[in-house]
Amino acid sequence: MTNFIDRRLNPKGKSLANRQRFIRRARAEIKEAVQKTLKDRTVSDFAKNQRVSIPTKSTKEPRFRHDPSAGGDHERVLPGNKDFIEGDQIKKPRSGEAGGRGKDASSAGDGEDDFSFTLSQDEILDLFFEDLELPNLVKTTLKEIKTFTWRRAGLTTSGSPNQINLVRTMRNSFGRRLAMRRPKVEDIEALKQELAACMAADPRDEARIKVLAEEIEALEHRRKWVPFLDPVDVRFNSFQQQPIPTSRAVMFCLMDVSGSMGEREKDLAKRFFMLLHLFLKRRYERLDIVFIRHTHDAQEVDEHTFFYSRQSGGTIVSTALEEMKKIVHERYATGEWNIYAAQASDGYTQTGDASHCVDLLNEQLMPICQYYAYIEILDEREMEVFSSEESGAELWRAYRSVAKGWKNFATKRIAKPQDIFPVFRELFAKDGAEAKS
Amino acid sequence: MSKLLFTGSEWDFQMLQNVFAAIEDVGLNDLKLDVYPNQIEIISSEQMLDAYSAHGMPLMYQHWSFGKIFAREEAMYSKGWQALAYEIVINSNPCISYLMEENTMTMQALVMAHACFGHNHFFKNNYLFRQWTNAEAILDYLAFSKKYIAACEEKYGAEQVEAIIDSAHAIMEQGVFRYRRPPRPSKVQMEEKLKKRRAYEEQSFNDLWRTLPGTARDMSADMALVDEDDAVGLHAQMNLPEENLIYFLEKHSPVLKSWQREVLRIVRNVAQYFYPQMQTKVMNEGCATFVHHYIMNALYDRGQISEGSILEFLHSHSSVVMQPGFDDGRYYGINPYALGFAMMSDIKRISEVPTEEDREWFPEFAGKGDWRDVLKHAWANYRDESFIQQYLSPKVMRDLKLFAVRDSTEDPVYTVAAIHNDAGYRKLRTSLARLYDLSTHQPDVQVVGANLAGDRTLTLRHHRHRGVPLANATKDAVLKHIKLLWGYNVVLEEAKED
Repeated sequence: MTNFIDRRLNPKGKSLANRQRFIRRARAEIKEAVQKTLKDRTVSDFAKNQRVSIPTKSTKEPRFRHDPSAGGDHERVLPGNKDFIEGDQIKKPRSGEAGGRGKDASSAGDGEDDFSFTLSQDEILDLFFEDLELPNLVKTTLKEIKTFTWRRAGLTTSGSPNQINLVRTMRNSFGRRLAMRRPKVEDIEALKQELAACMAADPRDEARIKVLAEEIEALEHRRKWVPFLDPVDVRFNSFQQQPIPTSRAVMFCLMDVSGSMGEREKDLAKRFFMLLHLFLKRRYERLDIVFIRHTHDAQEVDEHTFFYSRQSGGTIVSTALEEMKKIVHERYATGEWNIYAAQASDGYTQTGDASHCVDLLNEQLMPICQYYAYIEILDEREMEVFSSEESGAELWRAYRSVAKGWKNFATKRIAKPQDIFPVFRELFAKDGAEAKS
Repeated sequence: MSKLLFTGSEWDFQMLQNVFAAIEDVGLNDLKLDVYPNQIEIISSEQMLDAYSAHGMPLMYQHWSFGKIFAREEAMYSKGWQALAYEIVINSNPCISYLMEENTMTMQALVMAHACFGHNHFFKNNYLFRQWTNAEAILDYLAFSKKYIAACEEKYGAEQVEAIIDSAHAIMEQGVFRYRRPPRPSKVQMEEKLKKRRAYEEQSFNDLWRTLPGTARDMSADMALVDEDDAVGLHAQMNLPEENLIYFLEKHSPVLKSWQREVLRIVRNVAQYFYPQMQTKVMNEGCATFVHHYIMNALYDRGQISEGSILEFLHSHSSVVMQPGFDDGRYYGINPYALGFAMMSDIKRISEVPTEEDREWFPEFAGKGDWRDVLKHAWANYRDESFIQQYLSPKVMRDLKLFAVRDSTEDPVYTVAAIHNDAGYRKLRTSLARLYDLSTHQPDVQVVGANLAGDRTLTLRHHRHRGVPLANATKDAVLKHIKLLWGYNVVLEEAKED
């Protein structure tokens, strides 16, 4: 008798540990490859499974190998001869043809080709987060959303009458009535008829009539003591409040695309948008993204245009805010959508425009936004000049004043990818405090 | 009543059991195969991928290189560039075969005949496997090694262990005994030895030793400190030249700690376990293919499988034994299934209905009639190289249209050295046989000297085969690994052909 063993339900992923070791080993190269692909990916799908190619440098497994091209002679045997006869001469191709050893060479891992494989979403996120220097906690924490729904939570003995659970109440009542032997109406009726019959037949049979009358009275008395419905029977449906994430959100990406925003600035801005998108994506079933670019006027564009096409002109930031306000009014009713906005700029705007921005934000946008993040992308030299939060150009000072008034308004200056995360820190710090309480 | 064992492609366990019984009947009573008890495990495709990445073994110590194989296989599979094997079979007692759940019933039957009888018989009977591997102990040994390496990682850090395994893997091909019979690993022995060693370490521990100058080295190592005078005696002990680099380093490296020696030993034992499989690819696959072909046809002749399923079988069989020509886009070297199956079918033909040519070439068995014995003798006593040298018939060479091409580095042209004609048969056969001699295409690097009295330089020598040197690209990287294990300088000299 042979053993057949069904292993299909055994745990999979026996190779997971080895895979993690491999990724740790090739970390530097994989990271570089992931960073490179960030440029080519859209904001919304960068965290999906992706195929990466890495050079085989750090994962090379060297073995002693022969090098027939360097010397010596050797013989090969090949199948499928058509017209060769002994002594025929065949010209050598210029670069050493691999012959039949192709597979051996590559499986031994000393081919110089890139090694490509698929990274899972989690692995990519790890690498992405690593670069941004996120505290570990944040990677899993999600911000609480203050929208609630009522969920059934069993039964209670107290509540408002409109929440009485009839079935449960009646079941209790019935059980109690059975247990306490509540006399049935029919029984009493029957006795009464018997009494009436008795009286009609023989009014002098007092003993019998008395017995019957007493019995009826006792039963009726008992019926009063064991009521049809007792307060202990009553059950109410119970409901509890439960927080639910609102299922829809829209994310506005606002960016200055005038000539002063170069490749580096746009790359930083893109990472910032990606990160925000990631946090929102985890929380909302449906997430729209709206890209608004502006110079001296603003327009809604698709992602590619947003990041890659150039436009010349002056810089008026408030036009973008106006555009955002317009789109919100047209498409995103504030009752149904959570609105997030992220703005990236190099901090320049037309003189006098800053105060206009402040007004727009304070009066129109901040009341409807869940969160508004502003980043100012500087180069490192500027970073030193503006080391204090207080000093800065007109727009910066103006936005600082808005930030004082609104908790959910964040401003930050960044010059390196590492600077991006602290923009979000306040948001999550708040969460942490609530979670503890 | 229909004798059909199954119809359609769905399978269930009862069906597998019935089909297995029918196959067993043909295998044991007709072919008279001699097999280990079978253990058949049904696995899913994910599990198959897992199994792939660890040499097909159910247990393996952990190392990143297996993760690398896994990542590549997974990518290939998920992109649809490569299908998975139908089965994996392990040389152990009982013989474990994995069947994929996706296979149709016909494929399961094929795979059972192929793995549970073909490979199984070969594992149990071939002299290389009998001499060099221990089917009883391998799973225990792998379990032990996995546990041991995990314990080492915990104790000494994963990176330290990884470094040793990396280095050992680099010389894995030079880490087998080719000529000498290796000692068999047994789990119980190993553990006892380890326990003793550890107990000794604990008993003889004396912190004072650490404070003496110049004794930073691990005292418990097999090679205790020696006086320079002893160097000569020690040199004799080393038994040079030594072909097994890992064995040499394990026994004689002056710097390794005892756990590191044990890790080397594990890698060496794994390498040795797989060495016979590498030498018998053609025979092993040929044997299994021949057996499944015979059994499936026998089942069909007995009316136990339907025409539909024999056609499905033939379709899959013929793609397995297909040999594209050298100028075909699909050409990937000589297909061991094709060559092995062709040769074994031809042995059957020669035994039964030989031609004049066959009588001349194979007088010892041509027309003998009982091809089973001839094949079983070949399966038991040959490896690829000797099997081809002995049994490759002119007809197979003609059928495959084999020809040999000589390539000298100095020549601007390749020369056709022999083709499938009377003048070329023997030459062709010898050329092909040599290609299957592992020692000719795995670099032969041996330890020839260790300067123990002086600067402890280790001297390795590469014996060139037909003047082909080592590839520079990897040579230095491998030497670096050897230096790490030896602890002192290592030089490699290239020896000309003897």
